Amino acid sequence: MDLFWEGIAKAVALLAALDREVLAITWLSLKVSGIATLISLVIGISSGTLLALSDFPGKRLVISIVNTGMGLPPVVVGLFVTIFLWRNGPFGFLEILYTPTAMIIAQSIIATPIVTGITVASIHNLPPNLKLQILALGATRWQMVLILIREARLPLLAGVMAGFGGVISEVGASIMVGGNIKGYSRVLTTATVMETSRGNFDVAIALSLILLLLCFAVNYVLTRIQHRKRPR
Amino acid sequence: MTALAPLLEVKDLIMVRGGVQVLDIPSLLLQENEVLSIIGPNGSGKSTLLLTLASLLHPTAGEMRCRGEIISSRRSSGVYRRRLAMVFQEPLLFDTSVFDNVATGLKIRGLSRNEIKERVERSLELFNIRHLSDRSARKLSGGEAQRTSLARAFAINPEIIMLDEPFASLDPPTRLALIDDLERILKETGTAAVMATHDQLDALRLSDRMAVMNGGRIIQDGPPVEVMHRPSDEFVASFVGMENVLNGKVVAQEGGVLTVTLADQLIEFPGMSAPGEKALFCIRPEHITITTSDPRGATSARNIFPATIRKIIPMGAYHKLYLECGFPLIAYLTSQSVGTLHLAEGAQIFASFKATAVHLIRSGA
Amino acid sequence: MTGLKKFLFPLIVLTAVVLTGVTTQARAASKAIILATTTSTQDSGLLDVLIPAFEKESGYAVKTIAVGSGQAMAMGKKGEADVLLVHSPDAEKKFIEEGAGINRRLVMHNDFVIVGHPGDPAKIRGSKTSAEAIRKIAQANALFLSRGDNSGTHAKEKGLWKAAGIIPEGQKWYQQTGLGMGQTLNVAAEKKGYTLADRGTYLSLKKTLGLGILVEGDPLLLNIYHVIEVNPAKWPKVNAAGAKAFADFMVSKKVQEIIGKFGVDKFGAPLFFPDAGKKVESLGL
Repeated sequence: MDLFWEGIAKAVALLAALDREVLAITWLSLKVSGIATLISLVIGISSGTLLALSDFPGKRLVISIVNTGMGLPPVVVGLFVTIFLWRNGPFGFLEILYTPTAMIIAQSIIATPIVTGITVASIHNLPPNLKLQILALGATRWQMVLILIREARLPLLAGVMAGFGGVISEVGASIMVGGNIKGYSRVLTTATVMETSRGNFDVAIALSLILLLLCFAVNYVLTRIQHRKRPR
Repeated sequence: MTALAPLLEVKDLIMVRGGVQVLDIPSLLLQENEVLSIIGPNGSGKSTLLLTLASLLHPTAGEMRCRGEIISSRRSSGVYRRRLAMVFQEPLLFDTSVFDNVATGLKIRGLSRNEIKERVERSLELFNIRHLSDRSARKLSGGEAQRTSLARAFAINPEIIMLDEPFASLDPPTRLALIDDLERILKETGTAAVMATHDQLDALRLSDRMAVMNGGRIIQDGPPVEVMHRPSDEFVASFVGMENVLNGKVVAQEGGVLTVTLADQLIEFPGMSAPGEKALFCIRPEHITITTSDPRGATSARNIFPATIRKIIPMGAYHKLYLECGFPLIAYLTSQSVGTLHLAEGAQIFASFKATAVHLIRSGA
Repeated sequence: MTGLKKFLFPLIVLTAVVLTGVTTQARAASKAIILATTTSTQDSGLLDVLIPAFEKESGYAVKTIAVGSGQAMAMGKKGEADVLLVHSPDAEKKFIEEGAGINRRLVMHNDFVIVGHPGDPAKIRGSKTSAEAIRKIAQANALFLSRGDNSGTHAKEKGLWKAAGIIPEGQKWYQQTGLGMGQTLNVAAEKKGYTLADRGTYLSLKKTLGLGILVEGDPLLLNIYHVIEVNPAKWPKVNAAGAKAFADFMVSKKVQEIIGKFGVDKFGAPLFFPDAGKKVESLGL
């Protein structure tokens, strides 16, 4: 337990000193996972809405696949993204393996099914006649879709949280496609793994605490938005 | 030609869903300013018909015209949809303020901010909910929510409004107040309406015309009073509250008045038929008068029967009496009369009704 | 529908910004080299000193991928790395023979040590050779933690078992962690087992481990690091110039001095011994 308290003390010290490396790692974590979440929102909300509103044979199968994808193991994603981005792989010409861009791609792939699945569920949870009601107010199909998404915004925010929480805390894919390169692609989780293996448990604990704080802060802000004061 | 064409005209409408024919409407008309109610039990196809009329469902076959113009393509149905509004049984409000809810249809149409404000306020005023303008739609009572939903529909000045069981989820006082307001607003605005309901009293109250549906077909279509008093078959009769549907045998016909025998009693009512034929006829329970002494001489009613009260069921403002006078008869009596006449189960009374209160549904061999 | 625009607009703008960011990053990548190396060089902290110096001097950006020697060479064989810094001599020779790498040069060495709980249940302390020590471990059925990850350390360890004539795989007392050096040391400490570790990593972790050096000094335990450039003739996408620059840097006089001094301030003794220009045989093998 001494180690734990030392870790806390070290964390506070690192934070108080605004250690440049720690700040850079924290900022990169936020940036990579934030952008990945945004990309997954754009793809996930649009494809989820399309999926929820359309009717075609095999729809249940597709939804099952998406729901399975919500639990996509990050290392599996990391492995496949690595294979695709290898210099001599199909997308090798992009030369983005071991870059934050590759991490964003991998994390987007992890988060997209989460956002898609939650979008499908949120839209399905709206009253069945709501779609007809919106059309009956004169909306075009596009306007209807936008209004439906707006109506599902609260559960969708939960999707944002789940997506962001999933990617900022994953390590498998980030270390495989990012390489944990110092000052370049090192994020909180990969740095924590490395510091642990180096035996620098105090630094590892400090980084973990920052990660926890970050997750908490983001979720707190989103929860506040969810519960923000409505009109009287 | 469009000036003479009806507001909405349906021809040979067929709707098949999941291999089952759910609608078969050879013809249906809606005129300007007309309020048409569609009544029928659950599952009779009312909602499907309404959604089809609102162009929210596309019929398997048939033709719809609005003022003579055919609504067929996606484009023309989109244009048509902007001329109507629809209100469902659930208010289906959006998670925002009452004002923004009512403004939705106007925003969809891209109206200017000022125009939206003016029209929303007018619509809120119309339904007496202006004070709720800033309230969250999630925090309304059932009646307030349905008023908001109606205000949202009326804000776009629809030419036709489709109402699908709009009062079904409301408690009686709320419902009556809203029906009062809706009746006034429909008159003031001259909006044509099609209302689906399973309550014939709502329909009677609000509509110029009434169509009774069963199994996807319109069984009878006419002025409410006619449908209520001259049902075309037993289904309509029972559905519009003709609780006494009786079967007898014609013994005589004289001057347009039939004498029918039923359980050794004779009943007289207007109708044309030949002696010996079977007659199916009905009497509205509220048209039966109850007296404790024999009213002969004191009433013009031709049909007077001594009867025993089998059962009394209080129904709020009135009581429902199950009578036995050789044949079963159901009568409605105000709760006040039940008290003053000291009626109780098992009591001997007299039931009387005028010949004109009886409607002959059909007769034949 | 202004409310909806408010919702969608930032998303679209951000996506656009991200995509531009992605493309600019891709363009900057050609000035980068991929160094595949062992966890021991990263975990000891040596690379944290050398890489920034090289980047500053050469203008190349180095992407250090710290894996086992085995995986590092596997990356080299596929042309997925430009230069390797590894410590698995037998496999390296095969790597060069296959034509996957060129210009294999000796950089430095340290040595492996057999570490274990100070209680030493198998009584290996004082063994004259590493073979004798591990034979005792096997006879005592004492827990031994193997990296089991095809790293240079794992290769060295397998060589020791072979020299001692023992097949440890499948024995109850022989466990493979599949982890890096630092973590394997942590596991050994927790389970009070023996393990083979490079001195550098052991020293840098010593303070938290509670494990002692039980056997050291055997020539068989030398841990020799070579730098190898991946063969550009075989893989045209390899950054040959960058790889050569890094390899030259590693054997340069200045860097060799840095290596010789690294760790002295922290552990009182250097973690690595610079060997550039020497013959492997001169190390006492």
